[in-house]
Amino acid sequence: MGFFSTRKHGNDGYLEGLLRGFRKGILTAADYANLRQCDNLEDMKLHLSQTDYGDFLAGEPSPLHTTTIAEKATQKLVNEFMHIRNQAVEPLATFMDYICYGYMIDNVVLLITGTLHERDVSELVDKCHPLGMFKSMATLSVVHNVADLYNMVLIDTPLAPYVQECLSEDDLDEMNIEIIRNTLYKAYLEDFYHYVNELGGQTSLIMNDILKFEADRRSINITINSFGSTELTKDDREKLYPAIGLLYPEGTAKLSKAEDVDTVRSILEVYSSYKSFFSEGGVSAETSLEDSFFKHEVQLNRMAFEDQFGYGVFYAYVKLREQEIRNIVWIAECISQNMKQKIDQFIPIF
Amino acid sequence: MDQALTSSSAEAANYFFGGFFIATVAPSTWAAIGCGLSIALSVVGSAWGIWVTASSLMGAAVGEPRIRSKNIISIIFCEAVAIYGIILAIILKGRMEGPPNIRDPAGDYMAGYLMFASGITVGFCNVFSGVSVGIAGSGCALADAQNPVLFVKMLIIEIFAGALGLYGVIVGILMSSSVTLGAKVH
Repeated sequence: MGFFSTRKHGNDGYLEGLLRGFRKGILTAADYANLRQCDNLEDMKLHLSQTDYGDFLAGEPSPLHTTTIAEKATQKLVNEFMHIRNQAVEPLATFMDYICYGYMIDNVVLLITGTLHERDVSELVDKCHPLGMFKSMATLSVVHNVADLYNMVLIDTPLAPYVQECLSEDDLDEMNIEIIRNTLYKAYLEDFYHYVNELGGQTSLIMNDILKFEADRRSINITINSFGSTELTKDDREKLYPAIGLLYPEGTAKLSKAEDVDTVRSILEVYSSYKSFFSEGGVSAETSLEDSFFKHEVQLNRMAFEDQFGYGVFYAYVKLREQEIRNIVWIAECISQNMKQKIDQFIPIF
Repeated sequence: MDQALTSSSAEAANYFFGGFFIATVAPSTWAAIGCGLSIALSVVGSAWGIWVTASSLMGAAVGEPRIRSKNIISIIFCEAVAIYGIILAIILKGRMEGPPNIRDPAGDYMAGYLMFASGITVGFCNVFSGVSVGIAGSGCALADAQNPVLFVKMLIIEIFAGALGLYGVIVGILMSSSVTLGAKVH
């Protein structure tokens, strides 16, 4: 811990304390035990009202849906995030904006995909993640190629610098959209990574681990998802791998040549932190790999709270709450569909 | 001309880098600077510590209001660091008696240097002690908000951090206790 990092702390200490207050509201093992006992969603609502969530479902019409729960819980997270964001000063303000950029990319891709399938834009905007909202979203419906996308929509958003690399793609179709998503995300991750290292100190210490893992996760997912599709050549695939992370450059070079899941597994064998991902539940179970990723992510984000005087906690809090919302939705789905034997498959946080 | 210039610049270099200019400063000046630095630096440390602690305390108290009066103790620990500086400044002031002692100039020089040194010792000890109490105090506020059991444990750590400043005060008092600046005026 740098002696002078305490100087910045004078500005951000209040918000960090505030955030740690919010963190105390993250559901504990006892809360999950209570939720698992519920027989229906009304019960769940009752139990959640005794936690930090309070009366977030108040005024909802009686047959509750899991989507409503997810929506309201996300709204609560967004409120807390914006509460902190509005009080933040530089450089924390920029750091928190960076957190939003990831959601913006998802929203852009969601809107373009929806437009391709000729869905109504206003309906799509409702489905966007509230953390990634930006002003020119509605104009996305008129976009037909990447140049338009850039000139009419993204040029006014912080995502503009990330578009450069995918400007060569002409038409927007399913294939290209995935490539655009991954290219944007690659540029975003690398930019974020450089930014946290510029900030240095505890921020880079914590965030490096988290962002490196995020990059590796994307590389692995791109590799696995591209098996079987002939449209993505191996060279193109390599271009989508972020140039950060534990796998870069040796692991990604190997991944770009991988032909099947077994090869991926043998590549990851040498990375001690990723070794266990494939061992649980066999290779074929796609969900189990995804779960191991989430578990590892939660583990990394929890580490951020073991530390002070850095911005890692702000990122980690958003990610942990997101995981918690996934957990709640999972439990709610299991209850409403009478699949109680699967209810334990959520990922506990603290 | 050249000769004179070289010799005078060599003299000037010797004057500064050889340290002779120190002797041309009056002992009372050194004593006064030492007295001032002891309190000024202590206040820097104390204020820095309070700044770090209080910002965390405010944030943590939003979610957990019960910690707010308990954790004032951390602020008081930081404040104590400034009090050490005041104590030494008062002691140093008490040892400045009057006009220069013409019968014993060497004693005056000794007194001036020692007072300056004790002021610096106490000042810097308290800067670092204050920052360290502040960081521990901010951790204390955050820890107490999460788990009340940790409060007393963190407090003990803060006391150790506060003791660092006390070491400085002890050495500072010992340094200046044997000397008096100037002649007594009756």
